[in-house]
Amino acid sequence: MVQEKVGVYVCHCGSNIAGVVDVGDVARFAAEELKDRGVALARDYTFMCSVSGQDMIERDIRELGLTRVVVAACSPHLHEATFRGACARAGLNPYLSEMASIREHVAWVHRDPQAATAKAKAIVAGTVARVLRNEPLQAIEVPIDARTLVVGGGIAGIQAALEVAEAGYDVHLIEREPSLGGHMAQFDKTFPTLDCAACILTPKMAAAGAHPKIHLHTWSEVEKVEGQVGDYTVHVRRKPRYVDADVCTGCGICVEKCPVVVVDDTFEAGIGYRKAIYWPFAQAVPNLPVLDPATCTYFVGGKGGCRACEKFCPTVPNSIRFDQHEEPLTLRVGNIILATGFDLFDARRVAQYGYGRLANVFTSLELERMCSAAGPTGGKVVLRDGHTTPRSVGIVHCVGSRDRNYNRHCSAICCMQSLKTAHLIKERTGAEVYDFYIDMRSPGKEYDEFYQRVLDDGVHFIRGKVAEISDVPLDPGEEDGRLYVQVEDTLAGLRRRIPVDMVVLSAALEPRRDSAEVGRIFGIACSTRGWFIEKHAKLDPVATMTEGVFVAGCAQGPKDIPASVAQGAAAAARVLNHIRQGVLSLEPVRAGVLAERCSGCRLCNGLCPFNAIRFDAEHGVSEINAALCQGCGTCVAACPAGAIQGSGFSDAQLYAQIDGLLADLRRQPAEAT
Amino acid sequence: MKPRFAMYWAASCGGCEIAVLNIDERVLALDAAFDIAFWPAAMDAKYRDVEALEDGAIWVTLFNGGIRTDENEHMAHLLRRKSRLLVAFGSCANEGCIPGLANLSTRADLLRAAYDGPGSEHPGPARPQTAWDAAEGTLTLPALQPVLRTLDQVVEVDYHVPGCPPESHQIAAVLDLLIAVARGESEAPPKGAVLGAGASTVCDECPRSRDVKRIRALARIQQLPPLDANLCLLEQGLMCAGPATRGGCDARCPRVGAPCIGCYGAAPDVLDQGARLMSAIASVVDADDAEHIDRVLDGLPDPAGTFYRFGLARSLLRAHRAALAAEE
Repeated sequence: MVQEKVGVYVCHCGSNIAGVVDVGDVARFAAEELKDRGVALARDYTFMCSVSGQDMIERDIRELGLTRVVVAACSPHLHEATFRGACARAGLNPYLSEMASIREHVAWVHRDPQAATAKAKAIVAGTVARVLRNEPLQAIEVPIDARTLVVGGGIAGIQAALEVAEAGYDVHLIEREPSLGGHMAQFDKTFPTLDCAACILTPKMAAAGAHPKIHLHTWSEVEKVEGQVGDYTVHVRRKPRYVDADVCTGCGICVEKCPVVVVDDTFEAGIGYRKAIYWPFAQAVPNLPVLDPATCTYFVGGKGGCRACEKFCPTVPNSIRFDQHEEPLTLRVGNIILATGFDLFDARRVAQYGYGRLANVFTSLELERMCSAAGPTGGKVVLRDGHTTPRSVGIVHCVGSRDRNYNRHCSAICCMQSLKTAHLIKERTGAEVYDFYIDMRSPGKEYDEFYQRVLDDGVHFIRGKVAEISDVPLDPGEEDGRLYVQVEDTLAGLRRRIPVDMVVLSAALEPRRDSAEVGRIFGIACSTRGWFIEKHAKLDPVATMTEGVFVAGCAQGPKDIPASVAQGAAAAARVLNHIRQGVLSLEPVRAGVLAERCSGCRLCNGLCPFNAIRFDAEHGVSEINAALCQGCGTCVAACPAGAIQGSGFSDAQLYAQIDGLLADLRRQPAEAT
Repeated sequence: MKPRFAMYWAASCGGCEIAVLNIDERVLALDAAFDIAFWPAAMDAKYRDVEALEDGAIWVTLFNGGIRTDENEHMAHLLRRKSRLLVAFGSCANEGCIPGLANLSTRADLLRAAYDGPGSEHPGPARPQTAWDAAEGTLTLPALQPVLRTLDQVVEVDYHVPGCPPESHQIAAVLDLLIAVARGESEAPPKGAVLGAGASTVCDECPRSRDVKRIRALARIQQLPPLDANLCLLEQGLMCAGPATRGGCDARCPRVGAPCIGCYGAAPDVLDQGARLMSAIASVVDADDAEHIDRVLDGLPDPAGTFYRFGLARSLLRAHRAALAAEE
């Protein structure tokens, strides 16, 4: 065996590490006591990640012939790439370097300098033992298919699709509902500028619908995804619209003639009506009606139905196609952007607020539809009876948010949305408006100015969590037919009961109900609550741990429209980066099967979260597709025969690291126990 | 003069000795090739005969059994010194086997169970003594050590032959190889090699059909309906150690519907058979919720004895903490 020369570099990280750990002593320990375990030199330096720190490593590799490098500094998450780069520039295979985390694992979690220094030494000793068993690895290169899949046709997905398409690459845009638009299409005005949501969204939807590079698949859902970054095969289920998209002109006669009227609980949030064949909404893209088989007389009630739509359809051939069925669609793409949005919290769950039980308690979404000039009330704010204008309205913040009974998170948009609602109600009805908030959160550009404006409008702000909304008069002077908002006014220090005609609940934003399932299909992780997890909360907010799958908009966490648009564009930029590179270098930390050791027991077959394991029945062994493998190690740990090894994380490396870590503890067993 | 052969038993059941004799007439080849210097199970000999030999005078010793008493340890050192090649023969010598499971208890607990437990013929607190002054002189007994150790935890070992006991056809092949090496007709395998075993695991030799594994429940064989003769036993809910056990036995147990219990030890380069098996089984338990996981685990009444039936003494765990502490 060639005599390896390990260089150990101990970083001060300013005072981050040096404030707790005696870094000089750690370097001395490495140089002197690990000399016979392969350490040729050890240095400590203020900032190893600085240019001069990296230069130091490069110079030592070139001049002293180091064959392995250990940097004792922060977490490898942060700077592994930095130091691998330094090694590569000096001609050393980058995978012959390792980081020892003495910041996150030591300095940040200990206060006793002596014990912390001893632990740092043990971690360095373990890392030195490990690096001696590292193998030189080569990056895996995969070509990138220039086509992109965008899942979700809300504002984030539309923006992402337009950015990629404008750059000249094909995009498949999948939307589960019959039209693009998402939640934004349901809004009336947007805060804080009071732009009409439809006025700013419609041109974007139209542009996406008409773009020659955007292939729109609405009323469709992704069933299964195979492959890896650069080469995904996506299986899509296209739901039947019962309207021939190639023939229909969107004239609307079918909708006009349809005699079946039902409550529209999707777009109109349950306060408006639609036909059995209907437009999702007036500006829908594509401009095609969709037939709902659950209410159309052709499909329910037998007797063949009325077929009015078919009779009056003026196109030749007829656009109404009762015989349409679900169709599979297979797409090939290189990258995927998930912009699947959010679900609105079901306000019925907060029983004491009475939604669903007290007629004049509304959700914020119902108010949006009511305020919309194209909505069911033509823009008039009225009580549930459909005509009475409220004289007083209460708006309740944080319904289902910041509440440990439902969601601990802040939904980020409800304060501003509530302010906007307060303003619109005031403007349209002149009613007294009471706004019940816990904390007012208006940190965006021009957001707090809008709050000031609503204060000036004369809206009454009451700081306190609403306890109950009741229609039962209690105190003298209270009358039937009104709602009473019971609240503790924490600024005045009083319990108050405020009579109103109408209450609007600002419901929380929640992860999609099926986000865990969607995450599984695309091979990315959700938080326990169900938001998709980004690669790095601050530095990589639209990438995921799965190379080639990006997230944008509320699917990643609650956010407002500008943030969703920014993320859509950011995700597109990341995809375009992949496409322009043409070939992507992937981390070679991968699992591999030693065929002669594999017994074909098939224990590993169902375990891979990335579907990288295949059973070769002919040879009776399992195989791992290196391009699909993400190096998570699940199969390595599970293989009972030890036939699967993780490159960069071999058993030999890990056992050596443990032995190295414990070597000095073993010398003094009495103290250790 | 023929090279000398020895076979010795330490903490073991004697099955390995029987297994060697069970190779039928092929045992005659052994006798033809070697001068049997010491083999207590097959012929009379005294320790002093071995002590009288020059160091390295025995060409090969097959040593079965773990090291549990001072006598075992003495004989391990003696035979190491006297033998050119020392072979850890059978599961006990290699990994402790069933006697190694006693490492889950302290020596005091073992003696309590043996001498104070039900069925003991020694009323009152009786314990074996290492020395006893009798009229005829001082009588001695070897002392019981705190834990059982494998042969290679005590002395250097040249080759390993796994199995409880090793299969006859494998023993015959190992003896053929040793004879050929002794005669200079074949090259000696590299030191530390495992002889008489496969390169993969029992599943490699098992004819049962296998699919993607999802374990919804585990049970003992008597609790299950008649088994499918052709389907993987693990997939039928039987705890089979085959996936984590070195092959070479020709999958004798699963072939006839009995789950593999793991006697050939860990797969090549695997440090801890029990940990591997446990990790593998845990990976494929397909449970709906925490209670379901508990129900699956209830199907394993003796996890330590199931996963570590053979390998405890050489595992990462080795023994109960208290027993190990007594050793130090």
